[in-house]
Amino acid sequence: MLEMITEFIQTLLLTCRDVIPIVFLFGFFQIIVLRTSLPNPKRLAFGLTYVVLGLTLFLVGLENALFPLGKIMASQLTDPDFLSRGKETVDLTDWAIYGWIYVFAATIGFATTVAEPSLIAVAYKANEVSAGSISKWGLRLTVAVGVAFGISLGTYRIISGTPLYFYIMVGYIIVIIQTFFAPKTIIPLAYDSGGVTTSTVTVPIVTALGLGLANSVPGRNPAIDGFGLIAFASLFPIITVLGYAQYIQWAATRAKKK
Amino acid sequence: MVPLNSMLQKLFKQIGLKLWTASTDLAPIIFVIVFFQAVVIRQPLPQIAEILVGLVLVILGLALFVEGLEIALFPLGENMAQALSQKGSIVWLLLFAFLLGFSTTVAEPALIAVANKAADIAVRGGLLENDPKVVSSYATGLRLSVAFSVGFAILIGVLRILLGWPIHFMIIGGYVLVMVITLFAPKEIIGIAYDAGGVTTSTITVPLVTALGVGLATVIRGRNPMLDGFGLIAFASLLPMIFVMGYGIIWFG
Repeated sequence: MLEMITEFIQTLLLTCRDVIPIVFLFGFFQIIVLRTSLPNPKRLAFGLTYVVLGLTLFLVGLENALFPLGKIMASQLTDPDFLSRGKETVDLTDWAIYGWIYVFAATIGFATTVAEPSLIAVAYKANEVSAGSISKWGLRLTVAVGVAFGISLGTYRIISGTPLYFYIMVGYIIVIIQTFFAPKTIIPLAYDSGGVTTSTVTVPIVTALGLGLANSVPGRNPAIDGFGLIAFASLFPIITVLGYAQYIQWAATRAKKK
Repeated sequence: MVPLNSMLQKLFKQIGLKLWTASTDLAPIIFVIVFFQAVVIRQPLPQIAEILVGLVLVILGLALFVEGLEIALFPLGENMAQALSQKGSIVWLLLFAFLLGFSTTVAEPALIAVANKAADIAVRGGLLENDPKVVSSYATGLRLSVAFSVGFAILIGVLRILLGWPIHFMIIGGYVLVMVITLFAPKEIIGIAYDAGGVTTSTITVPLVTALGVGLATVIRGRNPMLDGFGLIAFASLLPMIFVMGYGIIWFG
């Protein structure tokens, strides 16, 4: 308990140091450039205190819950006893025995994305822009499927030890080709949806999963193989959203022909 | 005393609501983990007490943080975007765009967590000396190069909104640049660099930056706020990859 309190105070000081640049930025522009006084200073002070306290609690909790959780799940799911399932010997470098890892990666990716608040906001706006032809749930599910597939493929990459840039480059080429065929109005939104999905909650769990996997699978180096899951989670939603938009367009033109 | 009292009451109500939202955000994740523990792994979860305390802290922290963003940072950001574009000075606007990207990213919790993890891993992989000074300067350097790149990305994105450049050529150009730099970057940095793109754009950055983009596209004539307001995040996810690989080329040579 005492350890947690010292950790809390340390993190609090670090957080103050991190928030100070934002305070300076707004103070400088408000007073020197715009030359107006701050509206409602009491409320602002309250809000800033919340931001600092909230960040501190979040970081301490992260260190004690989300990182260990991701690591424990990765090590349990890659435990030789768990993988052999009663069989005498098991080849730990065989990608096919890690079935549950892929399922876990896909479900955790889907779950974190569906719940993502900034994605909900973006889906709402997209619905407005498209005058209802892109449904809110349609977009959210499309993005979540993209993240689920991306993280699942990313864990396969770690287990098989294939180079990251190969997958990302193929992904980019698909995105570039899709860009030429997709409806123009969806493009900025699709590009953005990649960055929006990876939230403050997803990142720690997924990073820990990747590092844990790279630690457990023989022959993998955490520094080289452990990272990259977030990159998959940011790339595949772009592909699924562009694909979804193309499907909507195709369905609309077909309906017109009839 | 009555106004203060009712103000506090209102605040508590709002925090309660935020706590509920934060809990529902985490619920699907907890559901997946419980399912795997109970059905697939069927082993006791180690350090369960610590994890539960940590989860409560995460929920509390998220709730307070979002509440603070809404009552302080959002209104501030929106006011500023409007006031600056009405002032009509492009230099101040671009400087603000850069500094906004820089300062929100330096403070990004997910980035802090990942930068420390990356330094830790680099030490264990024998790439870095196990000296706390070296480790912390590596992590800080990583954060600064990501923050600098996000600032630069927002600056370019704002310029795009002002001048009406087409987004897809810029993004495809960025992709090509990423591919080219990947060929020269040391292997150890590529994974972190690719991840840096996704990591930068979360809780603090997305809302403030979107407020800036949509605010600008609303004020400038001939821009569609919904279409031109989007796209800033895409730049902020792309440039960090390029900058972090550059950082790796310099650090590991």
